[in-house]
Amino acid sequence: MTPITIAIASGKGGTGKTFISTNLFNALQGSGLNMALVDCDAEAPNDREFFREGMLQGTRAVTQRVPVIDKSKCTYCGKCDEYCNFNAIFFLEEPPTIEVLEELCHGCGACSVACEYGAISEKEDLLGHVNRYCFRTGNELIEGRMEVGVHVSVEIIKAAIKAADTFDLVLLDSPPGTGCPFIQTVYKADYVVLVTEPTPFGLSDLKQSLAILKEMGIPCGVIINRADMGSDDARNYLKQENIPLLMSVPFDREIAVAYSKGELVTNLNDDWMVKFTELYHAINKQFEAEI
Amino acid sequence: MKIAIVSEEKGLDARMDSRFGRCAYFAIYDGESNTTEFFPNPAKDSPEGAGPEAVKFIASKGVKRVVAPEFGRKAEAMLNKLQIEMVHDKDKTISEIIKELE
Repeated sequence: MTPITIAIASGKGGTGKTFISTNLFNALQGSGLNMALVDCDAEAPNDREFFREGMLQGTRAVTQRVPVIDKSKCTYCGKCDEYCNFNAIFFLEEPPTIEVLEELCHGCGACSVACEYGAISEKEDLLGHVNRYCFRTGNELIEGRMEVGVHVSVEIIKAAIKAADTFDLVLLDSPPGTGCPFIQTVYKADYVVLVTEPTPFGLSDLKQSLAILKEMGIPCGVIINRADMGSDDARNYLKQENIPLLMSVPFDREIAVAYSKGELVTNLNDDWMVKFTELYHAINKQFEAEI
Repeated sequence: MKIAIVSEEKGLDARMDSRFGRCAYFAIYDGESNTTEFFPNPAKDSPEGAGPEAVKFIASKGVKRVVAPEFGRKAEAMLNKLQIEMVHDKDKTISEIIKELE
């Protein structure tokens, strides 16, 4: 089959991305699909909590090349500063000052290209790790995890997604928000499932996510979590904009209790197993309709 | 000595800005000539690293002391490195600060 990547995302945090991702993955474990779940929330990955049985298969370090300036060779021409898009080179002609602000560096290497005097070399900085956990089915949970103190997760997300490129179905559990980590996650997705909740915040952030996905040209559908609470605004908005509602999840004590213990509701209750399998079919149907 | 003061607007009656790196203007007071010039802060809309960028700007203007309510961590490190003295003050107009400095 043609490999398919489905990202599960939301603008607002805490709407249920991980709940949906882990249960969808679990519901499909017995289907014979060759698949991976990638935890792209590298700042706080927790998909692993729900799959303790996965065996650690390997760990790979994700590094970034950061410039080191040899001040004895530097002529203080300022070209590296000119090339840097991120204010990561602090350069002053008078008094002659040159410093690398490592936490602003994106590791693009432009400064090394700029320097004509061989004053810039590069060192490897550890950003985080990609951990692979294997199941008996041959499927994998792939987890991006940042090092403490690192503040840009994009490179780790990129590496984690790349580690899943041999699978036919890849589910991406996206970090919250609509910034770079989200965009990096959905960038190569074929379809995005947006999880929202019936609150003003939920709707506002949903609109932002939808606007970005529209701009990127990625088809998407929506799941409303805790759908029986709050207002109908999200539902009405979807109708009005003709955006598919893939599933509604009620506010349910059974789900909350299971989740708080790191358990999957699809393992505890056959109804949910069926609903999540249907969710996959609903996504597929939408996806096929788009192409 | 030249002293930079973060300012919300141009003019001596303007109030101090609440931030350093992303302030709207820098009022640069020259103690020798007793004059004040206003410059738009080129770092105001930087996506990242506004603090160090603003330090670069005032340092290039020969500033030796800067007055702001607070300084970010990265800006502070660079100000220390360049031996530009940081003075914490807030909720005043530019002319009030200059009067105190004189």
